[in-house]
This record gives sequence, C-alpha cells and structure tokens, in this order.
Amino acid sequence: MLRYALSRMLSLVISLIAASAVIFAVIEVIPGDPAAFMLGLNATDANVAALRADLGLEGTLPARYWGWVSGMLVGDFGTSYTYRVPVADLILDRIWVSLPLALYALTLSTLIAFPIGLIAAARRGAWADYGIMGGTQLGIAVPNFWFAMLLVLLFAVNLRWFSAGGFPGWDNPGAAIKALTLPAVALALPQASILARVMRSAILDTLGQDYIRTARAKGLSRRQAVTRHALRNAMIPVLTIIGLQFSFLLAGAIIIENVFFLPGLGRLIFQGITQRDLIVVESVTMLLVFAVILVTFLVDIAYAAVDPRLRRR
Amino acid sequence: MTRTPTAFLIGASLSAIFLAAALLSFLWTPHDVTNLIIADRLQPPGDTYPLGTDQFGRDLLSMLMVGARTSIAVALVAVGIGITLGVPLGLAAAATRGSLLDEIIMRGNDLIFAFPSLVIAILITAVYGPSATNAIIAIGIFNIPVFARVARGGALSLWTLDYVLAARTAGKGRLRISAEHILPNIGNLLIVQATIQFSLGILAEAALSYIGLGAQPPLPSWGRMLADAQTMIYSHPMLAILPGMAIVMMVLGLNLMGDGLRDMLDPRLRRSRA
Repeated sequence: MLRYALSRMLSLVISLIAASAVIFAVIEVIPGDPAAFMLGLNATDANVAALRADLGLEGTLPARYWGWVSGMLVGDFGTSYTYRVPVADLILDRIWVSLPLALYALTLSTLIAFPIGLIAAARRGAWADYGIMGGTQLGIAVPNFWFAMLLVLLFAVNLRWFSAGGFPGWDNPGAAIKALTLPAVALALPQASILARVMRSAILDTLGQDYIRTARAKGLSRRQAVTRHALRNAMIPVLTIIGLQFSFLLAGAIIIENVFFLPGLGRLIFQGITQRDLIVVESVTMLLVFAVILVTFLVDIAYAAVDPRLRRR
Repeated sequence: MTRTPTAFLIGASLSAIFLAAALLSFLWTPHDVTNLIIADRLQPPGDTYPLGTDQFGRDLLSMLMVGARTSIAVALVAVGIGITLGVPLGLAAAATRGSLLDEIIMRGNDLIFAFPSLVIAILITAVYGPSATNAIIAIGIFNIPVFARVARGGALSLWTLDYVLAARTAGKGRLRISAEHILPNIGNLLIVQATIQFSLGILAEAALSYIGLGAQPPLPSWGRMLADAQTMIYSHPMLAILPGMAIVMMVLGLNLMGDGLRDMLDPRLRRSRA
C-alpha cells in the first residue's frame, strides 16, 4: 500500500510539473511579449519596458518559470496588475464562493442521482426506468448556463423566490446559501443526470455477479441483496465519476458564476482574461488544475485502500 | 431490442433535421442575418418572420439556421482533429504495448485529462483571440486523448486474436497490421465515440460563444444568441428559449443516435439486454 501511495505521489508531482510548464508556455511564451499584450495596442515603448521590469519579465524563461513556481510553493501567487493586490489575497477572497458552490452542487447532484439511479436499476425495464432514463438523456443535453437562465426566469423573475444574481457574503449564512442555490441547481442537473446513469448501470452490472446469486440463494430478498452487496460494489465506478465531476464543476462554475454575477474564482479568471491580467489567469488556472489533479490522486488512494486488487498495476 | 431502433430513429431524425437546416442555410435563409432592420425589432412570430425577430431586427429562424451551421462546423472539425491525431497515437501505443512510446502517449493523455477542459479552452481563446477557429482548436485538443484511449483500448484486445497472429506469422509489420487489420475492426467503436464527442463539441461551442469566446459577430451562433438574449429575458423570454431548445434538441438527437448505434454495433450489449 505504501509503495502504491508513493508511486501515485510521484505521478502527482510529475503531473503538476508538466501542467505548470504547459500553462506557463500557453500564457508567457507563445503569445510574444506579455507586457505588450497586457497594455494593449496604444502602449508606449517606455510603458511596456516599465511593466516588463515590474512583472519580472527581464529574466530568462527558465528563471521566470522557476520564480513563478517557487513563489507558488510558498503561497506567493504574484501581484495582480489590475487590482494591485497579491493574487493570493484575491484567491482567498474568492475561494469562499467557488468551493461552497462546487460542494453544494456536488451534494445536490449526489442526492438526486443516487435514489433515481437505484430506482431505475431496481425497476429495470419498467415505466419508471424508461422515464428516468429519458429524463436523464434530456438532463445531459441541457447546457447548464441555459438551464440557469430558465431558473432565473422562473424563480427570480416570475415567482420572485430568489434574487437573479449577486452574493451577499457569509456574514448572513442563510442569505449566502440562498444566493448559491440557483447556481448550484444549474450546475448539478447535468452532473446528476450522468451520475444517475452510471449508478444504474453499475448496479445492474453487480446484480449479474455470482455473489449476488449466492446471496439470493441463501435467502436474502432482492432488496437485501441490493443494499448489502450490490450497492457497495457498485460504488467504485460511481466514486470515479464523482471525482471526475469535481473538475467539470470547477470549469462549469466559470460560466455559471458569470450568469449569476457571483464573485468566485471562475469570475476572477474571466475578469483576468478580459482585463488581460495574465498573472491572475496563470495562477488561478494552476490552482484549479492542482485541485483536479489532487482530487484524482485522493480518489486513487481511496480505492486502493478499499480494494487491494487495484494496488497492482 | 425493440427499443433500440426507436431511440436511434428519433436521434437520427433530429440530427438530420438540424443538418438539413444547416446545409440549406448555405443556399437560402428566409432573411439575411447580417441585415439589421431596427424598424422590425422584436417582432412577434408572423407571416414575414416565422419565429419573430430579435432586438436588432434579425429574423430568428434564419439566425437559428446559420447558428446550426456554426455549431455543426465547429464540432465536426474538432472531432476530425481528435480522430486524425488521436487514433494514430492510440494505434501506435497499442502496437508497441508496454514500450516507452506507449508510456509517453498514455501519460500525455492523462495530463490532458487532468486539465478542466473548459478552463483551457477559455485560456486558448483568450490568449489567441476569440474566433471560431480558436474554439475549434481548443475543443479539438481535448478530443485527441479521448480517441487515443478508445483506439488503444480497442486495438489491445484485437492484438491478442488469432488472425493478427496469423498476419504476424505471414511477416506483416506492426504498421501494416494496424492499418489493415486493427483499424477496420475498431471502426464501430470510433463511430460511436465520434457521435458522443460531436454532441459534447456542440455544447462546448455553445458555452464558449455564450461567454464571447467563440464565433464572432456578425456570424450567428446559438451560444451568442443566448448571450444577446440575456438582457431581454424579462421582456422577451422566447429570444432565450428558442436557441436553448435548438441546442438541447441537437445534442439530444446526437446522444440518442450514439446510444442506438452502440447497441446496434455491439452484439454483446444486444445479448445482455435481451
């Protein structure tokens, strides 16, 4: 187990190095001079030169890359060019919107998907199964930002139950959770649809196994066999998908945060892009990629702890 | 078995309708989509404008038709990029299983998978300028590892079969076996995957153009129409509802078609379902 964990750890580190090199290349190497890019077309040479010095762009590429990466290791994500504050402060500020939103959406998606996936599997071939499978097909096809607009139209414009956007801050937790509810529902719908389908097929797969037949033969009812044996074994593919969905939720949040004017990390990246604040874009992207790679790593370790067969590769 | 053709037929018909509308838009649309007639802004559906007009006086039906063309073109080329680069990589990895090449290709794949795809697509379009071409590249890059993985997985199981062994005994090289025996036999897998990636491409294009990083005006696209409709949603909700419905129908059609194809092309599934 320790050996497996160490090898996964090594691949985690390699992935992070490769990811940071790719992000650095996309943002700082390929487009030419970042300082000129940030200042736009009307910049004078003197201004560009001053910004270059300000951003530390005078060094060689390896030196700049190392400066960026080593800074992040100690929590220094650079200084935002437009906000004139450390990027780390911006991230700390915004993460309290994005992280709760992603977790809220993940919780909703799981709470919806588990029961309906289970019902579809248990009622396989019946009208409930067809209804659920049809509904999830539709759920997968709906773009989450359009669903968000429909939610605003129904619940904010017509019913006036929720506000159409904005975030009041965590001083008033009730209001904060309420502000995150429509965005979380919009994010959760497509994910819940996918998860319910995975749940259904995972349970159906395990139901065909010999140990389920044995359980039934020794006198367990169908329901007992499902809850005691099938469900537990069906969890492996389901957990993989939940891990993967974390990355979709982070990415989906960029668009959803814009629909609802939520001051989260996604909106920070988006503003960074429109304001050409490359340091913000670079560091926040790296943070998101780090989060995804870390979740994948944790899921791998969790499996190996549960299922010894997976430790051999 | 009775269910499969129904899903496939519905899906194929939906997809065909949008494809036909997109193709027709090259030759004819009810109105010119680049022609802004402010006097006719926000018209309700009627004889002149079958679905009404938007806030710039453009005919919605014509916009939806040209939007279908944009979506399909972007998604199709992005799938093409994935297949032309991903499949050879996957075949090469399978043919040299366990080698350094295989390892490098698969680890490279893992790396691309680790990136939240939309974040990187946004990054690429933001750094290189928003355009339909950059949206295609951004979506296409993420199709490469998907096809590489599917091709490798399918090819690995074929390499163990007797007829491949026979071909090797006959003196054929790995390259020739991959091209003559492996590729034709993973065609089904690739077709099904292509349908799935095509529908994901439509969704990704809509998302990118919604946030202003896809096709640029005056070229209409469904995502852009939704973005334009956002401020009008209080007074004219249909402006936001129609393009969204178009996206949902197109994606639903492709997904149903993909599911139907998989069931029809994979005999193992057919047996387990019966």
